[in-house]
Amino acid sequence: MTGLSINAALVRRILVGFLAEEVHKVGLKRAVLGLSGGIDSALVAYLAAEALGPENVQAIIMPYKQSNPESEAHARLVAEQLGIEHCVIGITPMVDAYFEMFPDADSMRRGNKMARERMTILFDHSAARGALVLGTSNKTELLLGYGTLYGDMASALNPIGDLYKTQIWQLSEEMGVPREVIDKKPSADLWAGQTDEQELGFTYKAVDELLYQMVDLRKSRSELLAAGFEAAFIDKIYAKVQNSHFKRRLPVIAKVSNRTIDRDFRYSRDWGK
Amino acid sequence: MEFTVALAQIRPKLGCLSDNLAIIEASVTQAIESGADLVIFPELSLTGYFLKDLVPEVALRIDSPEIAKLRVLSRRISIAVGFVEESADYRFFNSAIYLEDGEIRHRHRKVYLPTYGLFDEQRYLACGDRFRAFDTRFGRFGMLVCEDMWHLSASYTLAMDGATTILCLSSSPGRGVASDDGLGSAQAWQRLTSTTAMFLSCRVLFCNRVGYEDGVNFWGGSEIVRPGGDSTVRAKLLEEELITARVDDGELRRERIFAPLLRDENLELTIRELRRIEEERRSAHV
Repeated sequence: MTGLSINAALVRRILVGFLAEEVHKVGLKRAVLGLSGGIDSALVAYLAAEALGPENVQAIIMPYKQSNPESEAHARLVAEQLGIEHCVIGITPMVDAYFEMFPDADSMRRGNKMARERMTILFDHSAARGALVLGTSNKTELLLGYGTLYGDMASALNPIGDLYKTQIWQLSEEMGVPREVIDKKPSADLWAGQTDEQELGFTYKAVDELLYQMVDLRKSRSELLAAGFEAAFIDKIYAKVQNSHFKRRLPVIAKVSNRTIDRDFRYSRDWGK
Repeated sequence: MEFTVALAQIRPKLGCLSDNLAIIEASVTQAIESGADLVIFPELSLTGYFLKDLVPEVALRIDSPEIAKLRVLSRRISIAVGFVEESADYRFFNSAIYLEDGEIRHRHRKVYLPTYGLFDEQRYLACGDRFRAFDTRFGRFGMLVCEDMWHLSASYTLAMDGATTILCLSSSPGRGVASDDGLGSAQAWQRLTSTTAMFLSCRVLFCNRVGYEDGVNFWGGSEIVRPGGDSTVRAKLLEEELITARVDDGELRRERIFAPLLRDENLELTIRELRRIEEERRSAHV
């Protein structure tokens, strides 16, 4: 675990500075985020309130009728503790209206639709309020592809996308995220009793350790075996990272000209900022 | 010779020449007011760092009005500053110039352009081809840009060429946040500047920028390192700051009396061995 333990005070400084600078330099001062009641969005809310001031952070709580009521309670707890503006916008009417046309849709389709419904609400508020949408995907789920493309993976700025889940826990302790939010089992909250670790089939602790050694340390398969990881686990995770890579890239453009966007037309996003 | 150095740990805007020139002018004024004789800016202080295809758009000829403006300022204080230089044959360099008494005393074109990890410099820029020390009103200086410093041969060559002060202009990204440690890149750089100063019995004046570009932070931590290897003064992490320190030759003299490493350095032997290595490599490739 040594490689995964972070200097939380230092990371806090870097991420708070990141949010303040990246919001202010595009001429804005506000941010909006979806609060699920989980630890990732709670942590982002804490970072944003510190970076921009609680008066400049707006949280939107977007439950579906099957969401665990505890989730909404935890989201409210976070918003109230921070003193940030928050409101509840249920997504049941729009999601249900759509699936009336497709009653046979499975839970994955339904979950994706919910995630994208939330995204459209956040971007609508972004435009209405001049606020940047903050992403709440951590490094573990981004690498595994455990998220919805253009849903929860969509944002303007993501302060926590380079932190593994186990590091999210450490930074949340540092920031004073409520104990009940830190201690509960991570869940996408798409159906009752769902937990991430059950659905994934491994613990965050185990997969973070493997991802850290595989990705950050670039250890080879034989080195990972020597480090004590199971062959089946290594191969399964490697395949997940590989097969979800499309989710971490822009859509593929068919090249015909001399300067194709992102291929040989290359600029930083902060161009002129 | 005693003089005061200012390190201007600024936050340039990406691709905004006129804004950055204004930031630099303000820092020059601040440095003059704080009694400095010399002010050092970070790498690419006139342009920002992750330029990519912006390189040709922000490039300046050495005789451009922007550089002329800095030359005028250098009548009041010596200045080291970084920018993208466009040569007569349309190559672009990551350059640093040293201006003094209204003149450009020295130009260094970054030799080692990193193109690994998050770096992509050699895609867009041409490599410099020399390390030369030069004379200033404060003694003999050598100037390096960021990655150059990580090549021992660069600072070694400058010291052999008589430099007693090495200026290093940097845009170093902050990374590495392991528990109980400071920032990984900051610790690595502090070891590097300290070791370089010790090995070569010279001062190191290290100026690193701050701010964020596309989520990458530049960590600052600019410092003035004594010939013995400890730092006289160090700027804050991650925040804009202008720091100054008094520098005197007595220290340098005492250090070189205490350990006359450079006096005893066998340059001829080093060259002979390097030639042999070069020849062996060449014949191995036949």
